[in-house]
Amino acid sequence: MDVLKIATAGSVDDGKSTLIGRLLYDTKSLTTDKLEAIEKTSKQKGYDYLDLSLATDGLVAEREQGITIDVAHIYFSTAKKSFIIADTPGHVEYTRNMVTGASTSQAAIILIDARKGVIEQTSRHFFIANLLRVKEVVVAINKMDLVDFSEDRYNAIKADFEELMQKRDYEEQKITCIPVSALKGDNVVNTSEQTPWYHGPTLLEHLEALDMAAVSNSGTPRFPVQYVIRPKTKDFHDFRGFAGKVYGGILNVGDEVVALPSQTRSKIKAIYVYNQQCESAARRSSVTITLEDEINVSRGDMLVKANDLPRIEKEFTATISWMDQKQLQPGTTYVLQHGIRKVLAKVATIHHRIRPDYSGIDEGANALEMNDIAQVSFKLNKPIFCDAFKKHRTNGSFILIDSQSNNTVGAGFIQ
Amino acid sequence: MNRNTSHINPLESEAIYIFREVAAQFERPVLLFSGGKDSITLVRLAQKAFWPAKIPFPLMHIDTGHNFAETIAFRDKLVADHGLELIVRKVQDSIDAGKVKEESGKYSSRNSLQTTTLLDAIEEFKFDACIGGARRDEEKARAKERIFSVRDDFGQWDEKSQRPELFDMLNGQIKLGQNVRVFPISNWTELDVWSYIEREKIEIPSIYFAHKRKVFLRDGLIWSHSDYVFQEEDEEVLERMVRFRTVGDISCTAAVLSEAADIESVVKEIRNSTLSERGARIDDKRSEAAMEKRKQQGYF
Repeated sequence: MDVLKIATAGSVDDGKSTLIGRLLYDTKSLTTDKLEAIEKTSKQKGYDYLDLSLATDGLVAEREQGITIDVAHIYFSTAKKSFIIADTPGHVEYTRNMVTGASTSQAAIILIDARKGVIEQTSRHFFIANLLRVKEVVVAINKMDLVDFSEDRYNAIKADFEELMQKRDYEEQKITCIPVSALKGDNVVNTSEQTPWYHGPTLLEHLEALDMAAVSNSGTPRFPVQYVIRPKTKDFHDFRGFAGKVYGGILNVGDEVVALPSQTRSKIKAIYVYNQQCESAARRSSVTITLEDEINVSRGDMLVKANDLPRIEKEFTATISWMDQKQLQPGTTYVLQHGIRKVLAKVATIHHRIRPDYSGIDEGANALEMNDIAQVSFKLNKPIFCDAFKKHRTNGSFILIDSQSNNTVGAGFIQ
Repeated sequence: MNRNTSHINPLESEAIYIFREVAAQFERPVLLFSGGKDSITLVRLAQKAFWPAKIPFPLMHIDTGHNFAETIAFRDKLVADHGLELIVRKVQDSIDAGKVKEESGKYSSRNSLQTTTLLDAIEEFKFDACIGGARRDEEKARAKERIFSVRDDFGQWDEKSQRPELFDMLNGQIKLGQNVRVFPISNWTELDVWSYIEREKIEIPSIYFAHKRKVFLRDGLIWSHSDYVFQEEDEEVLERMVRFRTVGDISCTAAVLSEAADIESVVKEIRNSTLSERGARIDDKRSEAAMEKRKQQGYF
């Protein structure tokens, strides 16, 4: 059993909320009181069917306007897997939400309205799934009921999408197309009788069958030190534990490690999970590590294997996804948070904007607006210990914080 | 029964990571403790995050005065057993000071009055981070909540200008007067919490298990017969075998009929339940947008 995080993307009216509602409904994840609320509201609106999109549209403003305005998280599980869906809105102006949702996801569902086919929005959604290196992409070709479950229509859309796939820079990404009707429930959880020409799995079957090891991006172990534990009690007088989460690989007792930035070497003496000693620390597990030697390590430092160092950078170029109303301008200094390490970063150069639909780049950008994606160079006051985003999803990413408003204003992916 | 609970491991690691971020990024954090299963789970996770050191922040209980006696006894024992620091602030004091007015009538509850007491306590102790046990699966407005949720001087939640949270990175930078609400078990479901309590053998108050209780029926819910709960004369007192799925103020928490007397039967019951957890919360039934409105006003 494991937890699969999925980001969803679709344009307005593609039926994304309905699809999620359908997944919940057909897996019997909706409780009777929630179902009653949906039945009641559907009736009030005068529908002769259940408006399953009501299962997810959370905020009052959204229900009034009938749109999704922020990332919502939805939970359900089957006998085979637990799922967390990050429901992100599909409007043009909400690129930042999809980037946010995709950053924690191993899979993405991109919705296409079978009547409209592959549109500009589809390439944008696919572009973001590529940029964020989401390993598993499911293309749900929805509203098949409105095109008479036509095989030809499905194949034409699939061919268009395959053309789009040629443009991506991410060979390992896996793509699966599935013909569905979220409204009627075809091929979402249950196999449709309307699509005898389709022999693949339903959406849920496909998601359940995903191998969790294969969809996770692995790399080399990086251990950012979050907190130093010094109990100074009688029993643990000399205990000095480095608390943190292991990213990218596994660390073992006895491993030869280097502490950054001091570059001091030592060996892992013990690994604790609570009061239990373990031989190794798995990827993404929170542990406490003690070292053989008394070396100076504090929050924001990083332990890495001695034979596998990251880059130590004070100047670098990254792809930036800008998320703030206030523009990003060259010369401005932001707080750059790389994992848990905070440094100051000055914008050196904006090289070019990248059109988020594979149509090319725009040279000569003087500033970045909200939802822009661009190549930007930075100069830091102190180094960070990083990898290229393509090699290491966690250690290759950072956020930018506006030092006046304290808001998170952008995300960066190191080249 | 030896069920596979390995999917909880990443959730546990995430919660521990969040606790450590709170201790590192804030000067005066506090863990909001209600005596309910979610905040009890938080205490265990905090112990895990800092072992062998003590939890580096206090617990705070905003006491409505309308408690289940079992919860308070449990709270005091937990604090004593683990050497924890506990702060208690009482809604009654806010009422006596004239800051809030007691509700009256059939559906009166002190639940919403807690907000004023909480905000006053945050100001009194200058807390900059309040850790709570809310989960995104509980309710639709909570599904949009961040792990670090910034509140202004008035404790208000502005759902339209929330900070994006990318990868594992938590931005806790705030201005003086602002504070952050932190939700380490955001991504847990009710069943995850129960399975974890079972796996870790965490002690919880006895009212979570089936027991005989004097109750009455109203609006299809089972209410506790108590001095703190308004009861019409024609609302007959019955004795029933019940337990509670969530534990809050006695006036806003309904019971469910149950024979589940131990943790294993409770987990089994939750697994097969068709009613949502907050379906038995009288405070949420007030209107469809009840939770969202309370959150905007500073409620947890």
